[in-house]
Amino acid sequence: MSIKGKAYIAGAYEHPLRDAPNVSTAQLHAQCAKGALADAGLSMDDVDGYFCAGDAPGFGAMSMIDYMGLRNIRHMDSTETGGSSYLIHVGHAAQAIAEGKCTVALITLAGRPRQGQGGRPNFGGGKPGTLSDGPPEAGFENIYGGSTHNTYGMCAMRHMYEYGTTSEQLAWIKVAASHHAQWNEHAFLKNVVTVEEVVNSRLIADPLHLLDCCVVTDGGGALIVVSPEIAKSLNRPLVKVIGVGEAPKGPSGGRGLDLTHSGAVWSGPIAFAEAGVTPADMKYASIYDSFTITVLMQLEDLGFCKKGEGGKFVADGNLISGVGKLPFNTDGGGLCNNHPTNRGGITKVIEAVRQLRGEAHPKVQVPNCDLAIAHGTGGSLGTRHGAGTVILERE
Amino acid sequence: MSEAETQVRKIPAPAVTIESKPFWDAAAEGRFLIKRCTDCGEPHWYPRGFCPFCFSENVEWEESPGEGVIYTYSVMYRSPTGPYAIGYVTLNEGPAVLTNFVDCDFSKLAIGQKVKVKFQDTDGGPPAPVFTPV
Repeated sequence: MSIKGKAYIAGAYEHPLRDAPNVSTAQLHAQCAKGALADAGLSMDDVDGYFCAGDAPGFGAMSMIDYMGLRNIRHMDSTETGGSSYLIHVGHAAQAIAEGKCTVALITLAGRPRQGQGGRPNFGGGKPGTLSDGPPEAGFENIYGGSTHNTYGMCAMRHMYEYGTTSEQLAWIKVAASHHAQWNEHAFLKNVVTVEEVVNSRLIADPLHLLDCCVVTDGGGALIVVSPEIAKSLNRPLVKVIGVGEAPKGPSGGRGLDLTHSGAVWSGPIAFAEAGVTPADMKYASIYDSFTITVLMQLEDLGFCKKGEGGKFVADGNLISGVGKLPFNTDGGGLCNNHPTNRGGITKVIEAVRQLRGEAHPKVQVPNCDLAIAHGTGGSLGTRHGAGTVILERE
Repeated sequence: MSEAETQVRKIPAPAVTIESKPFWDAAAEGRFLIKRCTDCGEPHWYPRGFCPFCFSENVEWEESPGEGVIYTYSVMYRSPTGPYAIGYVTLNEGPAVLTNFVDCDFSKLAIGQKVKVKFQDTDGGPPAPVFTPV
């Protein structure tokens, strides 16, 4: 396998300015993107891969994708190696295109070191009397006290409004996680909780209660991904990656805002199609659980149930291993076990690997677990986030 | 509860960029601006130097009455300065705007409720748009 002959550079554009006092760094990125697309004879809607490095203001690639209005992104990369980043991006873009992960990759670079910003985006808040060159959304969003709690609260509020979802239904997600966590000796919270205890815990960000929230924990994790040859040379069960998908989602210029779905509506189908399986085939699901609403929305978006029916789907123990139809987060998840440094994605993969190897706790191990999904969203469902889906198979 | 709910959350100074400066200059005069594309006609939020829908750079500032309805909200209780309400307003022009809801009984906030913009002082920066029920 090689990228040789699998990708072409169709557009290239160098911004004519050498001193740019009157445009923001974000604007320079957009103008460069426009120039390169025009050079290629393509439009912004053709772009399905986006690459940027540390010069791009904001949160990885998320701020620039949303700022530029890139609507069809299914491959993102914010590899940062300083000035060489963009050469490495060409390599990564060629690999992604060779693998069919995108067809038109946009790589942008921009900055304004002559304007006293030192070439580095200002990630801080507003300094009165001075101009920022940071994330373009910052001035319009960061001042309102948005946190994960209340931005996910906004999603839950809208989901309840549109679909009649209840706090009791959301509580079942925490209850299921707690049933699993009781068997995990390392779990941060090991006590089994009831629906009543969840809905009677204090409100944090309406309609989310304390027990709708994940734990805050130190710690970490790591994964080793290897070639088939190496995998087969090792004395470990074979857990094969059979499908992956990714997608960003943001407020998209404020048009048609819909906080009842996540980027999983795009990342999920890509991963399932690549794997050649369906949600109904999954024996186990690791689903990012920063809050109970996170799980409910993602289960709907991934197709485990219809949009709006997540409340019914998660109720009555349907996510409890050995009880319900879809055992989820059998380590206790972020809701009870672990959410290291407020980034839970890696623990989602780790517990899926345990399940597929048959190495989960015997009390929660899914019998003959040969197909599993690990899925997560990062950032905020209420503003902008990236969704990642991984389908795994035990060989 | 009601006393805490009337407490006003201090809004930090917004980060003003060269691109957004006209918005904040207008805010200082009590005017609420949105951006509209003169090529495709679409308004957008937050304001950019180009249209995020058609990529045209022919965008104009437009004064808006700042009226709309609550799309969603959440009252935040995990706050050392007392509860505050965050949410999105769908402006009558179309775009959704992230904001705070002020001067209201948080227990009576509702999706679909009509609201109107007002400006609230920030900590050393230009005043920020917030919304209050009509």
